[in-house]
Amino acid sequence: MDLQTLTYTVVGFTFALYIGIAFWARAATTGEFYAAGRGVHPVANGMATAADWMSAASFISMAGLIAFNGYGASVFLMGWTGGYVLLALLLAPYLRKFGKFTVPEFIGDRYYSRTARIVAVICLILASVTYVIGQMKGIGVAFSRFLETEYDTGLYIGMGIVFIYAVMGGMKGITYTQIAQYCVLIFAYTVPAIFISLNLTGNPIPQMGLGSTMADGSGTFMLDRLDQVVTDLGFKEYTTQVMGSKLNMFVYTLSLMIGTAGLPHVIIRFFTVPKVKDARSSAGWALVFIAILYTTAPAVGSMARLNLMNTIQTGEVGSAEGNVEIANVPQWMTNWEKTGLLQWEDKNGDGRIQYYNDKNAEFTAKAESYGWKGNEMTKVDRDIMVLANPEIAQLPNWVIALVVAGGLAAALSTAAGLLLAIASSISHDLLKGVFMPDISEKNELMAGRFAMAGAIAMAGYFGLHPPDFAAGTVAIAFGLAASSIFPALMMGIFNKKMNRSGAIWGMISGIGVTMLYVFQHKGIMFIPGTSFLGDMGPSWFLGISPNAFGAVGALVNFVVAIVVSKVTAPPPDHIQHLVEDIRVPKGAGTATDH
Amino acid sequence: MNKTAEQYWKANIRLVSVLLVIWFICSFLFGIILVDPLNTIKIGGVGLGFWFAQNGSIYVFLVLIYVYAKRMNALDVEFDVHED
Repeated sequence: MDLQTLTYTVVGFTFALYIGIAFWARAATTGEFYAAGRGVHPVANGMATAADWMSAASFISMAGLIAFNGYGASVFLMGWTGGYVLLALLLAPYLRKFGKFTVPEFIGDRYYSRTARIVAVICLILASVTYVIGQMKGIGVAFSRFLETEYDTGLYIGMGIVFIYAVMGGMKGITYTQIAQYCVLIFAYTVPAIFISLNLTGNPIPQMGLGSTMADGSGTFMLDRLDQVVTDLGFKEYTTQVMGSKLNMFVYTLSLMIGTAGLPHVIIRFFTVPKVKDARSSAGWALVFIAILYTTAPAVGSMARLNLMNTIQTGEVGSAEGNVEIANVPQWMTNWEKTGLLQWEDKNGDGRIQYYNDKNAEFTAKAESYGWKGNEMTKVDRDIMVLANPEIAQLPNWVIALVVAGGLAAALSTAAGLLLAIASSISHDLLKGVFMPDISEKNELMAGRFAMAGAIAMAGYFGLHPPDFAAGTVAIAFGLAASSIFPALMMGIFNKKMNRSGAIWGMISGIGVTMLYVFQHKGIMFIPGTSFLGDMGPSWFLGISPNAFGAVGALVNFVVAIVVSKVTAPPPDHIQHLVEDIRVPKGAGTATDH
Repeated sequence: MNKTAEQYWKANIRLVSVLLVIWFICSFLFGIILVDPLNTIKIGGVGLGFWFAQNGSIYVFLVLIYVYAKRMNALDVEFDVHED
């Protein structure tokens, strides 16, 4: 069977599986639609949380960023796992004890204020929609490769499928489907990694392969070889290159960590376990399943980079025959050229491709002496690396088909979970909670579905011109969640004296500062050309990139909230008792709806 | 808050603080601040700082959550605040 047919078969089979499960477990009541009736086992919940969590950013985008940023991309690895520690220790058990369906519901009740609830809904929608934009980028990349079309067409088709998929089921359907998706995506991620690690280092365990010697008998460590290969072409040394500065990396990591603990679609997961005890262990189980992919990613990224460099620089640097001939580029390069995400141009007309760092003045001088006239790989979209990886490593066709299915599973599961969070915040928190308390269950479900459709259309529109690679866009979403939701939740539990005004002003100033910083560098609503300070390093505050600014926003949130709460009236007694009550597990009943 | 609930909460804060200090050390301290000096120590072909940043910290996170869940469940019983 040729690759195209095989890919259709594998993707078709996995889709039939998800839709079958979604149909079998489809939601009938609002309770099931939002929270699966709380009957989900911690291990199952952990696996579903992992699928929900690991999106296009983790599956498709992250290893590509690791490949090109080396050590600097550690921010994603630490940031997107370390947040689970915060979630488990600081939020999950208490939110489960509180026993409501949504994050704004907690904030509204804890801060005895409808305004606080509405502010939380707005923050949540901003973060979630930005997150879905990142997913749309990943979905567009996966579909364009899978259907061999342009990125834009792939994106439109992807939007349609996400819509059908998310609107049909609610949380319960999604929970069971996500378990299936986890299995598909983790299998699809680790199988090629094992093959590639075996090919390059002879060690079948990618985590060990990272620190092993090359299998070519040279006795050189894989990472040392990679450092050598990239620095020979003027790129920065893989294992030491930093992202911006150490300070930027520190803030970036922190922003992703607290964003993780503030994202509604992850928090909502801990409402669905039977007991407080289970909420604690669920976070651990989720991280176990996530860690399998995250500890494999450094091997995937570094080995993909090594294979890519070796594909183009086939011989000695500077020798006439040292580069791949354009007439003989491997099939995967021509496949990806069709999507517009990989492009090359023969600048010096020698019929071969030179791929090097032409921003490095020292190396450019050397390159000129070889007759090279600039870097000829004019576009290498980082987001294609994972999907192209098995093709680059010349793995069998079924592995390539599997990876496409895995990428789609990752992007779809997260998009569905986020859309559910958006739908519930609009239909449940805004309509039922604030504007139309008498709305019937049926109409509430209907409103939720309309909200999803609107969110997909909006995210798709921005997905045509995403502000960054999938992982970068998602990082902005984390910054927004970090600067608004997390501080309000944490202080709601750990600071009994935190009051309504403190929380509201904290959230507004936190997310306000973050959005202002992102927009002034990335464009208003990410529209290119509207950024009034320019997306450039020198204009960044202390060299902190917009993607990393959520941590600063969170700090502003904490400070403003504490100062405001000191000068305004303390929360009423019954609220202080409520806080005392959520601090102990005893008496956690099943969740109630108002 | 009665006496036991207060002590339970103090024990909880103590546990969480210790775990968060370790959380900070394995990621921010070893993975970012001290990455260069630690990279002079190699395990296999990987510098220790680089390893903490890309692999080691994740393993430590897992242990932290495991210890937390286990200790908290024990505290629940000890202070008689466990569910049902």
